[in-house]
Amino acid sequence: MYFCIMKIAWQLFSTFFKIGAFTLGGGYAMLSMVEKAVVDKKQWIPADEFWDLIAIVQSLPGVFAVNTALYVGQKIAGRKGAAAAMLGAIIPSIVIILLLATIFREYRDLPVVERIFKGIRPCVVALILAPSLRMIKSAKINWKTAIIPIATVALIWWLKVSPAIVILAAIAGSLIYALVIQKKAKKKEVQP
Amino acid sequence: MIYLQLLWVFIKIGVLGFGGGYAMLSLIQHEVVDHYAWMSTTEFADMVAISQMTPGPISINMATYVGYTAGGIGGSLLASFALCLPSIIMVYLIIKLLTNKKSGMLMTNLLKGLKPAIAGLIFAAGLSMMNAQNFVQIGKGENNISIVICVLAFVASYFFKANPILLILLSGAVGFFVY
Repeated sequence: MYFCIMKIAWQLFSTFFKIGAFTLGGGYAMLSMVEKAVVDKKQWIPADEFWDLIAIVQSLPGVFAVNTALYVGQKIAGRKGAAAAMLGAIIPSIVIILLLATIFREYRDLPVVERIFKGIRPCVVALILAPSLRMIKSAKINWKTAIIPIATVALIWWLKVSPAIVILAAIAGSLIYALVIQKKAKKKEVQP
Repeated sequence: MIYLQLLWVFIKIGVLGFGGGYAMLSLIQHEVVDHYAWMSTTEFADMVAISQMTPGPISINMATYVGYTAGGIGGSLLASFALCLPSIIMVYLIIKLLTNKKSGMLMTNLLKGLKPAIAGLIFAAGLSMMNAQNFVQIGKGENNISIVICVLAFVASYFFKANPILLILLSGAVGFFVY
């Protein structure tokens, strides 16, 4: 039994290690790879249960890939599984960035590197602005709810309020919103 | 001291970071550039580019980079671990406690309500980086390539969903030939 758990823990580690080492483009790109490994290949979790699990993990704060690894690992092999899957997901990142950061900080001041990054910086700004606008579009914001992103931007960018405080306020507001929706849904259920 | 600061900063980001890596940008920027001044606004932009281009979760990449800049290898391990710590506790509790559908629904609705604020948060992070340090010779009229790169990259990303890594490589090439 013990050996069995250790073997599964090792498989979890290597599965998430591969995903961590080879997926570019963040958490959501990783999802199909996790599904392929966990549902199709290893058949650790049935597909419907996997997507239920992802729905819960998606609503949690923190690193999406880490949350997924922890949840899948815990489900399959308990605390050891969770630890193994999480370490697998983050170790490639840590190693690669440590190597790059050491090199980059050494050669950052070279004129060639500086020239390249002078071109890259405005591109990074665009790469941040574009998804936020796409998100506003997908959140189906109307004239009434448009105040939320506008107020958020004004508070953080213009008034320099700490984003932590803005998020806490937004959580409080959303919690009220979620509870109201829940109550409405309940009323509908009661009525014939 | 620096280790305690890193621990506190990244635990906070792990707790409040709803909506993925980009949503954490604003939090990281506020702490790392404005509050503790561990790196300049240009190095922050460079770090985002590097984190985007390398495999793995972008927020773990950024935590490792920030931790390394502020406190060496120990700092990088600590920052990444601190970012994961709230997740470890939360996921464990959720499996133990919230197994019914109702509480899952509440979390999903909570996130739906948060979405417009998260979008604003990401937009604010982008705006804060739109400054004279990241945009070479802004407004001087002689060389406004920075603005051209930004607008073109925005159009390519927003309307055509172009691959971000490709865009970073292309603008790096433009920088190499123009400056």
